[in-house]
Amino acid sequence: MLVISTALRSSATKSAARGLAVSRNYADFASEATFETKKCDCFLLETLPPTTAVLTREQGLSYYKTMQTIRRMELKADQLYKQKIIRGFCHLYDGQEACCVGIEAALKHEDHLITSYRDHAFTFTRGVPVKHVLAELTGRRSGCAKGKGGSMHMYTRNFYGGNGIVGAQIPLGAGVAWACKYNGTGGVCVAMHGDGAANQGQIFETYNMAALWKLPCIFICENNRYGMGTSVERAAASTDYYKRGEFIPGLRLDGMDVLCVREATKFAAEYCRAGKGPILLELQTYRFHGHSMSDPGVSYRTREEIQEVKRTSDPISLLKEKMVNSNLASVEELKDIDVAVRKEIEEAAQFATTDAEPPMEDIANHIYYKEPPFEVRGCHPWIKYKSVC
Amino acid sequence: MAALRSLLSVGKNAVPVLLRREFHGTAPATLQVTVRDSLNRALDEELERDEKVFLLGEEVAQFDGAYKVSRGLWKKYGDRRVIDTPISEMGFAGIAVGAAMAGLRPICEFMTFNFAMQAIDQIINSAAKTYYMSGGMVPVPIVFRGPNGAAAGVAAQHSQCFAAWYGHCPGLKVVSPWSSEDARGLLKAAVRDENPVIVLENELLYGVAFELSEEAQSKDFVVPLGKAKIERQGNRITLVSHSRMVGICLEAATVLAKEGIECEVINLRSIRPLDIAAIEQSVMKTNHLVTVEGGWPMFGVGAEISAQIMEGPVFNHLDSPVYRVTGADLPVPYAKNLEECSLPQMKDITFVVKKSLCNKL
Repeated sequence: MLVISTALRSSATKSAARGLAVSRNYADFASEATFETKKCDCFLLETLPPTTAVLTREQGLSYYKTMQTIRRMELKADQLYKQKIIRGFCHLYDGQEACCVGIEAALKHEDHLITSYRDHAFTFTRGVPVKHVLAELTGRRSGCAKGKGGSMHMYTRNFYGGNGIVGAQIPLGAGVAWACKYNGTGGVCVAMHGDGAANQGQIFETYNMAALWKLPCIFICENNRYGMGTSVERAAASTDYYKRGEFIPGLRLDGMDVLCVREATKFAAEYCRAGKGPILLELQTYRFHGHSMSDPGVSYRTREEIQEVKRTSDPISLLKEKMVNSNLASVEELKDIDVAVRKEIEEAAQFATTDAEPPMEDIANHIYYKEPPFEVRGCHPWIKYKSVC
Repeated sequence: MAALRSLLSVGKNAVPVLLRREFHGTAPATLQVTVRDSLNRALDEELERDEKVFLLGEEVAQFDGAYKVSRGLWKKYGDRRVIDTPISEMGFAGIAVGAAMAGLRPICEFMTFNFAMQAIDQIINSAAKTYYMSGGMVPVPIVFRGPNGAAAGVAAQHSQCFAAWYGHCPGLKVVSPWSSEDARGLLKAAVRDENPVIVLENELLYGVAFELSEEAQSKDFVVPLGKAKIERQGNRITLVSHSRMVGICLEAATVLAKEGIECEVINLRSIRPLDIAAIEQSVMKTNHLVTVEGGWPMFGVGAEISAQIMEGPVFNHLDSPVYRVTGADLPVPYAKNLEECSLPQMKDITFVVKKSLCNKL
């Protein structure tokens, strides 16, 4: 099973386009190309990430496939939600793919990440296969949290969710960074939040402690311009989120350019690993869907705005353009990837809609860890569940 | 030196504390140890035993602890293991929970549990629920500890009892020690437990000395969570209590014994899991039950015990309704005379015991 994060991080030998009918000789393509990236706005920093980035063909295909997988996965979730197969909350990430893919491309095996409820994409890039993400959304036993968590509570190795309470993940992320420092692993923790969460008090408490104790924490604000239905101008006295750390250095950059995100995250990770303390990144991005599936997303922003962003700044189109124009890949090759991804998502959705619900015996499990079996009260005194693990 | 410092830091009702015993390999006898010292010793032993354990909170390091519970620990273990935090309960509780998720074993001190209300989202939503929401992938081995309930003259905002609030939540374990043996054994068990444990200490008990048996002094002594202790045997009526009120119950039992009423006094030790079986066992013998707690009456510990006893197998053993003695249903006042009436006194317990014994169903 292809581990997405490894593929993104390393220059793995296997091409993401393996198994496709090749209409062109691979020798026709460039093996790499160099691109200009927009200069980051900086705060309290003397050096900046580079304004050029090298993209190998391999990396490009990998980033493209991953972003496309996320896009199709989220659109599939939209479809399943409208069919009422997914219930409750469902916060979709389409439009923001360059953020999670760029971040993952810059991280190492010993690094950690935590995010908010808009977490399906990160769950995937951190290593959970699409079918287990979708099965969690549909509440089945093969869901990555055994169907117990749902959309907002997905976890895997070095990935701490998926958090439902706005802003709560930031102190948690700093705590993970604390553990990295305490254990001397050299790892960093990336703690994600949105423009809405940026006004949470606990984030400022965390900035203070992270800076005081020089925690290896990369705070990242995904500024998609709207906290639910409230635009940044209506929520924030200052929309310079990258300066919110006051005494923590910050960078503001284009979150629709996967290379820009990757280079900035690499820069930030080096900064933290050097023991300089935390750093704050603001990624300017955009969500195509509303805040969640119960929000059409057009009462507080115009359809024209959404269309404009889709037309000019879709991160997948931007990467595609880069790759085709610099001969890193052909249009047909990328189309073949699209087809393969669609098939993969269909199969995953098929799995997620046919897998069984969690067994009733599981209802009282996972309350306590390493606890001898005990009884759990049900809805009345005559219902007793057994908790065995 | 240690004894002098202990003597200076004890509260009222204190018994002079002997010097800490040294490990000479000879058989130690029982000792009189204050709750404070036994907590201190327990923290020291757990920090020594497991490198992943660390203590954070306001004033725990260089101040030796706001109530001196962590005295000497920073000097011994240094900045890495004993950490002074800024006044940021929500922030540092969240950091502690994150560290636990990443595999460390933090002990997060709140100066009082009143201040933990600021952090309660991290305690409930991040700590208590995560193991369940993750389908068993992310355990959270954390201890939240600090003084709970009324002190003396600290008024409403500093006197609330949170036993019922935390006891309400699945995913948490909640303990409420009374004696030095309780404090030591429950704290050690809490640190070693793989789950989030709330340790509700009591400021007025810190300076009270209790006998610590030889067994209780050993480094691996733990009091199992979820098991109550019968502090006094009796056959006429069962008194169930936790924390400081256990002592008041025992005082009441002494007075009542002179009138020929032998009370069985149960020290809950744990609020969650609640040892209802121990209470049921006792009620089968005595047929009368009175619960005693410092917290407010509505939706409280006594309310829960009453409901479970009624629903359970020993309802028919009751010769009287279960009565609750609780804090008065009002914010705790400051003036001494008013404060006294807002918290259970011994006379309240003896009064209710007699009511219970006179009342026939």
